[in-house]
Parts: sequence; C-alpha cells; structure tokens
Amino acid sequence: MIDIFINNLPILIVTVPLMMSLFVVLVTNSHLSFLLTLATTFITFLIAILLYQEVQSYSSISYALGNWLPPLGIEYVIDHVSIIPIIIISGIGFLATLFAYKIMPSELSDSSISKTYGLWLLAISGLIGLVTTGDAFNLFVFLEISSLASVALVAMGAKQDRQALIAAYNYLIIGAVGATFYVIGVGLLYAITGTLNLADITSKLALMEDNRALIAGFGFMVVGIMIKAAVFPLHIWLPRAYAYAPSAVSILLAATATKASLYILARILFSVFLPSENIVSFTLTYIILPLSVFAMFAGTIMAIYEKDIKRLLAHSSIAQIGYITLAFSIGTKSSVAAGFIHMSNHALIKGGLFMAITSISYYIQKRVTIENLSGLGKAMPITFCCFIICSLSLAGLPLTAGFVSKLYLIKSAISSEGLWLSFMILFSSALSLIYLWKMIEALWLSPLNKQDIKIKEKPVIYTSLLLITFLNIYFGLDASLIVNSSFNASNLLLGINK
Amino acid sequence: MITSAMGIWNYWIVFILMMIGLFIVIGRKNLLKKIVGLTIFQTSVFLLYITFGKITGGTAPILTENSSTIYSNPLPHVLILTAIVVGVATTALALALVVRINSIYGSIEEDDISAHDLIDYHDQNNTLKKSTLQNSK
Repeated sequence: MIDIFINNLPILIVTVPLMMSLFVVLVTNSHLSFLLTLATTFITFLIAILLYQEVQSYSSISYALGNWLPPLGIEYVIDHVSIIPIIIISGIGFLATLFAYKIMPSELSDSSISKTYGLWLLAISGLIGLVTTGDAFNLFVFLEISSLASVALVAMGAKQDRQALIAAYNYLIIGAVGATFYVIGVGLLYAITGTLNLADITSKLALMEDNRALIAGFGFMVVGIMIKAAVFPLHIWLPRAYAYAPSAVSILLAATATKASLYILARILFSVFLPSENIVSFTLTYIILPLSVFAMFAGTIMAIYEKDIKRLLAHSSIAQIGYITLAFSIGTKSSVAAGFIHMSNHALIKGGLFMAITSISYYIQKRVTIENLSGLGKAMPITFCCFIICSLSLAGLPLTAGFVSKLYLIKSAISSEGLWLSFMILFSSALSLIYLWKMIEALWLSPLNKQDIKIKEKPVIYTSLLLITFLNIYFGLDASLIVNSSFNASNLLLGINK
Repeated sequence: MITSAMGIWNYWIVFILMMIGLFIVIGRKNLLKKIVGLTIFQTSVFLLYITFGKITGGTAPILTENSSTIYSNPLPHVLILTAIVVGVATTALALALVVRINSIYGSIEEDDISAHDLIDYHDQNNTLKKSTLQNSK
C-alpha cells in the first residue's frame, strides 16, 4: 500500500491539488474551504519534501504517466533541478494559504471565498505540473492551466478596485500570446525531430546540423517563456496584475508564478538545446545579458518613482528577475547556481514583503501608499521588524538570505565577465536602497496619522510572516541547504563539460 | 510541382493569418476585437500543426488490409484538439472579463477605460490631500 503511494509521488503532487480544487469549489462554508485548502497545500508540501529526499538518493526520478513508457508516453521528471521550484511553490503555497485565513474575508465577499480557494489550488497544481512534466506539449497545457487560474484570481480583486479587471485582461491576452508563441516553437521542433519528449528532443537535435526551423523554433519557445517569466521588456502585464490582485493572491503569485517560468527558461536554454550550443550562447550573451542589465536598472528606477507600495514591489520583482536571468546568461556552473539560489531567496523575500504590506492594508483598510504608511512603524512594530528584515534581505545586506545570492552572483560575474558587470550589479542594488529607505523613512520617521493610533496588532495572523522572516535570517546564516541543492542543479543542467 | 507549391501555399496562409491576428491583438484598442485577433492568431497555429501532420496521399490512420497504405500522422491532430480546448477556455475567460469590464466601466474601448482610471487616480489624490490637510489641522 505504502509502496503504491511512494511510487506514484511525482503524479500525486500534481493531482492532489488539482482534484481538491474541484471539491473546494463545491464547499459553501468559507472556513471549511480554508481548512481543506490548508490541508491540501500541507500534503503537497509533504510530498515535495519526500520527493526531495528521494532525489538526494536517486538523483533523478522518471515517472511514466499511465505506464506508457517515454519517449512515446508523457514523462514526469523530478531531478536536482526541478525539485527546487517544486519546493518553492509548495512551501510558499502552504505559507500563503496559512496567511490568507484572515486576509481573504476582509477583501472578498463570503460567497466567493471558496471559489477563490479552488482557483488558488488550481494555480498551485498548474505551476507544479509545469515544473514536473518532461513533455513539451504537456508543459503548454500546464502553462495555460496556471495562467488561466491566476488570471481569474487577479480578477477577483475587482471588488476592491475595478482596475483589477483591466489588469487581469491584459495578463490574459499577453499570457495567451506568450503561450501561443511557445506552441509554435514546439510545433517547429516536432516537425524536425518527430518527438515531444524534452530529453528525446535533445538527443534528436544532437544528430542534426543547425537549420532554420530549429532556430525559429528555439526563438519562438524562448520568447514565449520570457513573456511568461516577465523578463524585461516583456514585463508589462506584471506590475498591474500584482498590484490589483487580492492581497493574498499577490503573495502567492509574486513568490511563485514567475519562478516556474524562469525554471522552464533555464531548462530550455541549457538542457533541451544543449546540442545547438552556438545559438544558445549567442542568445545568452547578445540578448539575455543586455536585457537583464536593463531590467535591473529599469525595474529599480520605476520602483523609486512609484508611490503605490504593491506596485513598487512588483517593479522591484522585475529587477530581481533581471538578476536571475543575468545569472543564467553568464552561463557558467557557478553563475547558474547563483541564479537558482536567488530564485529561492527571492521567493522568500518577496513573499515576506507582500505579507507585511498585506497585514498593513488589513489594519488601515485602504490601499497602501507611501503617504498612508506614515508613522505606522510605531503602531505595528512586529510587522515592521519583519518588513525591514525582508527589505534588507532584498538589498542584500550581510546576515540575510539576499546577501548569499548577491555574493554568489558577483563572484561568478567577476570570474567570467570581469569587473564592469559586478559593478552594475552592485550599483543597481545600491539604487534599490533608495526605494527601501523611502518606505522605512515613512514608517519610522514620519508622524503617525490620528486614525491609526488605535491599531492593535494581533500576532495570530503573523505566523507565516514570522516564519518567512526567520527563514530569511536562517538562510543568511546557514545557506548550505540552498547552495548545495543549487550547485547540484547547475551541475546536472550544464553537465560535466563546462 | 503542383503539390509542392500547395505545401508552400499552406504555410503562406498560416503566416498571413498569424500576422493578421498578432496585429489585431497589438494594434486594436477595442477589447473585443483583441479577442478576435487572439483567436485568429491561435487558429493559424492550429493550421500549422495540421499541415505538419499531412502526408501527400495519406489517409486517416485506420488500419486497413492493404499493407502499402500511407497514413497521415494523427498526433498533431490530437495535440490541436487539446490546443483548441485550451483556446476555448482562454476565449471564454476573456469574454467573461469583457462583460464585467463593460458593466463596470460602461465601455470596452481601451482609451475610454484609461481615461476613467485617470479620473479615479486624480480623485484619489485629491481626497488624500484633503485627508492629510485635515490631519495637519
């Protein structure tokens, strides 16, 4: 009995939230639907941990869906690389659900809560499926499941602010164009290789010369995924979608949604198109590297001029995605590892920051802008200690998780690209201190608004905020877990030759 | 000669449709027309897949007595069946959003909507200024 369970873990992690989402929609009681969602995300997280342990001993698990053997059947692959986003998505999914208990009822009507939780689970399952699958077309289906669910989740914010509808519409249209680009790429690859299994595509590509269909297919796939991952300048949908979604949804999406797509980008660049090295290295140095540098500065500068805090954090996400793609574009083992380290740290940082902002808007009952923040640090000390720790982690100060990722990123940049790039990285992180200081100044040094004096913090809703802040400090002190698994991932992705 | 020309002709149609669709998505300001463009764009991809799967003289993949029968590749058709379902879901969600936008904003023209949002934004700023003034008093 236990054997069956253990053998089917790779599919259970996708199907458990998928099936439960259908049940949760049917439950009318909002508390019950919360409990079901919490239980499901907890089970998903447990399965992710079990898979992590299995990956440590077997290094790669291949699961044939419906016992149809790959390359003909659909294959689910869990290895050192894909386990990182799986742990991020399921872990943050659990923490965000825990946090949503008090937040959801304050922003949504009672009848729509269970539907929101249904979509919530659907989005989590879509993202995990996206990461797990080893089949190019199956990946497209999960891409659409996760993005349609997140669009509907963003649109739930319409009760708070009607702009959520426009944000959701733009997210949907741009996302659908991105997914269609990806399908065109897969079609062209299928036409020249005759297979859809990602590993099998690699082995077929190794046998052929570079040709026009291959280059076009590669271009379409990479651009499609870059739209989904919000790589500059394809990021237009992101700030609005994160800013106007219900707060709980912002936490989930900001911490997980782009990470899955970034993982797919790394997988396509380094593993699927491994044989056509010329095209990949050209794309990395002449396209992704400059775009990432632009993203670092554009995201940071837009964040400096932004007054709405949720939008500000979304702009800073674009800069952080820039750091991750920059790490990928350098293309050495240590830099790709740095990319994965920053991927997991950024999930912790942005999750924490969005949670802190959400608890503020829960107390002041309006949109959080710089003006509204004034003096709140004195009224809500616990939230703001967490907020400041996460901000420092974002800027990359020592003893926080953000420092570790910046350290590895700069180390790998110096060793392969020279000083100018590491100077750029340091300069843009220094710029990020400007918008962080702007918020901290408003919080602690400005006078408290009269109507905010009576605010009393209730520690109950902070459990996951405290936990995520603790993780930010813990991984700053002892980063061996994240660093080791990231280096395992980059060793597997780049092989032995680099 | 004619068959090879036909093959090229198919791809021409695919790319013309693709460009028309993409242009409508990017260029039109009407939210409904954007969805139409998106559907045309997706349909061009369906046609692309179907063209890959077609083999000259091939029939439907049903087993016959004759061992020399040429079959068309059925897999692209199956993939497109899935893609059509995904496309329908996307269109349905987009239309639902447009209905909500129309009922709340009273318009589905992008320019009108952003004008509304701009007015909202200024109103918010004004109330903010008033409230900060009251606070300072």
